[in-house]
Amino acid sequence: MSLHNLDYLYRQTIMAYAQHPHHYQPMLGTENYHIRKYNPTCGDVIDLAFNIDHDIVTDIHFYGDGCAISKSSASIMTDLVIGKNTSQITQLVDQFSKMVRGEAGNYNALGEAQILSGVTKFPTRIKCATLAWHALAELLAIEK
Amino acid sequence: MNQTDFPILNQKINGEPLIYFDSAATSQKPQFVIDAITDYYQNDNANVHRGIYELSQRATNLYEKARDKVQKLIHAKRREEVLFTRGTTESLNWLASTYGVENVKQGDEILLSYMEHHSNIVPWQQLAKRVGASLKYIALKEDGTLDLADAEAKLSDKTKIVSVTHASNVLGVVNPIKKLAQMAHEHGAIMIADGAQSVPHMAIDVQEMGVDFFAFSGHKMLGPTGIGVLYGRYDVLNQMRPAQFGGEMIEFVDLHEATFQPLPWRFEAGTPNIAGAIGLGAAVDYLTNIGMFEVAKYEQSLVDYALPKLKSIDGLTVYGPQESEQHTGVIAFNIAGIHAHDLATALDQEGIAVRAGHHCAQPLMHYLDVAATVRVSFYIYNTRQEIDRFVATLGKIKEYFNREFA
Repeated sequence: MSLHNLDYLYRQTIMAYAQHPHHYQPMLGTENYHIRKYNPTCGDVIDLAFNIDHDIVTDIHFYGDGCAISKSSASIMTDLVIGKNTSQITQLVDQFSKMVRGEAGNYNALGEAQILSGVTKFPTRIKCATLAWHALAELLAIEK
Repeated sequence: MNQTDFPILNQKINGEPLIYFDSAATSQKPQFVIDAITDYYQNDNANVHRGIYELSQRATNLYEKARDKVQKLIHAKRREEVLFTRGTTESLNWLASTYGVENVKQGDEILLSYMEHHSNIVPWQQLAKRVGASLKYIALKEDGTLDLADAEAKLSDKTKIVSVTHASNVLGVVNPIKKLAQMAHEHGAIMIADGAQSVPHMAIDVQEMGVDFFAFSGHKMLGPTGIGVLYGRYDVLNQMRPAQFGGEMIEFVDLHEATFQPLPWRFEAGTPNIAGAIGLGAAVDYLTNIGMFEVAKYEQSLVDYALPKLKSIDGLTVYGPQESEQHTGVIAFNIAGIHAHDLATALDQEGIAVRAGHHCAQPLMHYLDVAATVRVSFYIYNTRQEIDRFVATLGKIKEYFNREFA
């Protein structure tokens, strides 16, 4: 019986966010910036949109079908970046990417997103954790 | 059936005995096939069709014998109708880029179905764009089977190619290729069938089906990767231009012109995958030694056993036909409240390998209105005991995920 290994991945907090994600709502069509990203391995889709005011992300939300890892990751990410400026967010995206690749470092700035570091033990699921963050990185690139 | 012939199955994954339920993606290989490949490299390796020496003659004999074995397996009329390719994808790409380019013109139509694998969609999309043709898709009925009335309605004299999978890699249905071939021919179109999911699991007779072309892969039928087959009816094949040019396929070359070999070698440019063909030949031997009717019967017994057990799990939806007699050993499903990927990760923790995702059939997933499904697919080395452990594990996983996390 090795289902208990799953606890490294499906932490309480992760599952709570997966069941009740924050900033999870369909696109309005009125947002400043919107992007759709696909996870080609599973066919999952994420829509991500934000509004920016004087370089500060004032609103961000996502929508789409996804697994527990991708949904919770997106939920935690949206909580984290709201109210921050674009260069702060770029740094966070970079740190998250390093963390899930298993690089050692201080990731305190990622706050609650640190619980997703368990995904390093499940290499086939890293893309699930990073999908929303990649979408965010592309959204920032469009915005620039 | 013969699980001990497959050395890879004798191992633990995450501390549990491996259950391999992903044979629709690729099959495992019996020792017999592994030995045939090793033996070739240890004793008979040389280039084919050109050496004057003994070793080359042996390699050539083994390579060509593999072609004869495939011919018998699929009941092709002539050995020249069997071309070795890299696999189903390459076979279908060849057809699109040769037969397709020469015979499909602006305004013509290519008829596919909604249950096709990407490899039987994307090459035709590219062809249609290139020549200005259009694609049509045969609808599916409620139970996932092909809607033949819709096929008839979408066929016209503009239809030049009908290309449909013989067995679905998601829905577990077998399509009436013989009937479709008749319908296609009545409209002057040719019939192509994708046999990637059928040849490994059932007796095949390409003449009886009346197909013009038939494509399949070695690695899904106990053979190695990188080898596959394109069957073509002799007179159609003989009119077709080769997809690739170079060594092995020529007869005489001067600075500006070349003449080509007869069938089948005209289509096999460059040094072929000799070891792959020999491995595939060994896989055909292994399967025919059991007998394809026996293979089909055994797999059907696994489906008969598994499907009712799966359907009795609360919240579990099986896609495709609901009755086991109409369902092959490919079973796609979802459990309410657990995403396919999370379920597959949990099964992996218990040593059970399954596929989760869109199964290279995104248009079908869209048609079914699901984002991802879990798929189990059986082969001759799977057992009822494995199905029991799988079903019990699903129960445990449901408990794990269906807690309220607060």
